[in-house]
Amino acid sequence: MDKNPETSTVLKKEVKSPGKLTRMFLTLYEVYQFVLRFFKEAFLPPYEGKELLRQCYDIGYRSLLLISTTGFITGMVFTKQSRPSLAEFGATSWLPSLVAIALLRTLAPLLTSLIAAGKVGSSIGAELGSMRVTEQIDAMEVSATNPFKFLVTTRVLASTITIPILTFYTGLVGMLGALLNVWLSEGTGATLFFQMALESITFLDIIASTLKAVLFGFTIGIVGCYQGYNSSKGTEGVGKAANSSVVIGMFLIFIEEVISVQFFALFRS
Amino acid sequence: MESRKPTESGKEEVITIRNLYKAFGNFEVLKGVDLELYRGENLVVLGKSGTGKSVLIKIIVGLLTPDAGDVIVLNQHVEHISYKELLALRLKVGFSFQNSALYDSMTVAENLKFPLVRNQRHLTKGEVQKAVETVLDAVGLLHTINQMPSELSGGQRKRIGIARTLILQPEIMLYDEPTAGLDPITCLEINSLINEVQERFHTSSIVITHDLTCAKAVGNRVAMLLDGKFERQGTFEEVFNTDDERVKPFYEYNFIE
Repeated sequence: MDKNPETSTVLKKEVKSPGKLTRMFLTLYEVYQFVLRFFKEAFLPPYEGKELLRQCYDIGYRSLLLISTTGFITGMVFTKQSRPSLAEFGATSWLPSLVAIALLRTLAPLLTSLIAAGKVGSSIGAELGSMRVTEQIDAMEVSATNPFKFLVTTRVLASTITIPILTFYTGLVGMLGALLNVWLSEGTGATLFFQMALESITFLDIIASTLKAVLFGFTIGIVGCYQGYNSSKGTEGVGKAANSSVVIGMFLIFIEEVISVQFFALFRS
Repeated sequence: MESRKPTESGKEEVITIRNLYKAFGNFEVLKGVDLELYRGENLVVLGKSGTGKSVLIKIIVGLLTPDAGDVIVLNQHVEHISYKELLALRLKVGFSFQNSALYDSMTVAENLKFPLVRNQRHLTKGEVQKAVETVLDAVGLLHTINQMPSELSGGQRKRIGIARTLILQPEIMLYDEPTAGLDPITCLEINSLINEVQERFHTSSIVITHDLTCAKAVGNRVAMLLDGKFERQGTFEEVFNTDDERVKPFYEYNFIE
């Protein structure tokens, strides 16, 4: 830092605002530093265990109703829509396998994450954004505590832990929806339905689905936290933080889905 | 109302600011600020809105970094110390925010416990509870211990904000617009509280305000920020006994006859 005001470049030179491309790279660098700081804070003590549990409860338990409804309806509708195509080949008995594979490989992780990006991501973005503009984060900073550890680390960890659990829950509820439809149409019992469904699932499907859900959960948490933690410009900034958390979160989830499908396909062939 | 006199506890500087510069983009806010805070005194920093008063105290606690200049707090150069040292220094410098900045999702007790349990992990639950009750009693709001910030009035929020800083037993207090947005009676109560804090907790304070009644009631010394510099410093009378056209309207608006 130049301490001599006579030669201070900050004071004497016109400060030019960076161009679009420079701003983009600066933002990417900021995101990189933010993610790096998360990993550093997550592994170094002291740990905010109580707050982590509270966040897991907030993210998990409070999303249950929405996830249950959506999962059940998706399972039921997907089964109903798939039946005519399979019926053409006389293969309606494959419905449990088809639904199980579709739900586990794509529908459950994607559906859960998109719902969470809307519900959890926006809530994290708005909450942290509002804390930023009302100086609550600064207040934590000046009282010699670490707001990043308390606010960011706990939320990102909570969404990374909770989204995979919710994903399997969505899968299960979706299967129940499918079972209801199959039982009403073909009279197939629960035991046979689940036996056929489980036979079609491989260990790789479970691993792939879990890893995807972990990645999606991390993305939702880190995007929401980054947008909220760095928000500015008053209430307008809070709205923008909540909105960007959802939009960027969903966009990244789709990109990650495309990449992960290609990646896990390598192991299937 | 009589203005307060300078303290007679000697001239030990707890905060020294030399040639401080800060700009936001092309807008220069602080243009070579020099300031000293002596141990045990209440120093009032006056100035129009947007003149950099809050920027100054945010630089003191390391929330903002200066473009140039020296900021020495309790013999430590704020801009040169490590993050760990900065955290240790912040324990000795309390900061009361303009809008109180209470944590909305926590009760009053949790707001007060938050910094304490994270900085003094050896304390038992009973000791933490006692410390919370002591500072709440000091600001006269023990009965609000289980209330949420949204249930408090503006004046109560300010008091709780001050209590939250006092719980760490700071040597220096920084008040950012402590009477802003409050009714005249609550303003008087806050002024009394600032003086009580000075006497009871032996703090040295910088009070940022544009409320001259507050300045007169709490300030042992007054410094006026004009065009990015402290051009007038002294007792309240010394600062306002002037024909300076930049100062006179300030006084006339506050004490119009």
